[in-house]
Amino acid sequence: MSIEVKFFASLRETLGIESTSITSSAGLTVREVWDSTTDSAAYPVNTLCAINMDYAHQDDAVKDGDEVAFFPPVTGG
Amino acid sequence: MVMKSLFSRRSPGVNMPAFLLEHTLNPLQELEQYQNTHLTAGSYGATASFTGTMRDFNAGDNVQQMTLEHYPEMTQKFLDQLCNEVMSKWSLVDCLIIHRFGTMKPGDAIVLTAAWSAHRKEAFSACRYLMEELKARAPFWKKETTGKGQRWVHEAGD
Repeated sequence: MSIEVKFFASLRETLGIESTSITSSAGLTVREVWDSTTDSAAYPVNTLCAINMDYAHQDDAVKDGDEVAFFPPVTGG
Repeated sequence: MVMKSLFSRRSPGVNMPAFLLEHTLNPLQELEQYQNTHLTAGSYGATASFTGTMRDFNAGDNVQQMTLEHYPEMTQKFLDQLCNEVMSKWSLVDCLIIHRFGTMKPGDAIVLTAAWSAHRKEAFSACRYLMEELKARAPFWKKETTGKGQRWVHEAGD
């Protein structure tokens, strides 16, 4: 399966990755997508994640064609 | 002009009153323009609105400039869902969110939330809920420029 992965704000700068894609023959969780794309970098405790533009959890399963995003706590408004 | 193009995105009969804006936001003009374009005079008795404005100070430092990053598709989806949620939660005539992104200076408006209802209680409650939910969960990130350089803002303010 193919997954699009995006990183935002301070996470993007720290990791040096804005977006990437991965392919996997096995099912993956959100956290496994992180590990695959960041060379298993430490997962900051307050990191938020989304699948297809909806908030998700680290242990949620990802499907073929999904877009997964990682970002720090939000500070809008 | 600018305001006309902003609101013309909404098709007749489609409830999508959340807008992301890269250029200057004039909240009172936008509020009036939206009201004149989309609401029927006499259909509401209460209008509650909130404007968030950029400060020139934060965490003890003078702030010269701020860049607001967002996750365009998710931010739009989140704000649209938030508008739909308040419309179903309270008895409202309409609601509106306009949020800036990009680079801004102290004094610039960052966000406008508004709610229209028959009576004040619903409008006040819905307008506050829009703003609190937006601050807690909408995917935006502030990066400030101070005399010491640039820094990400790590926590949503009060």
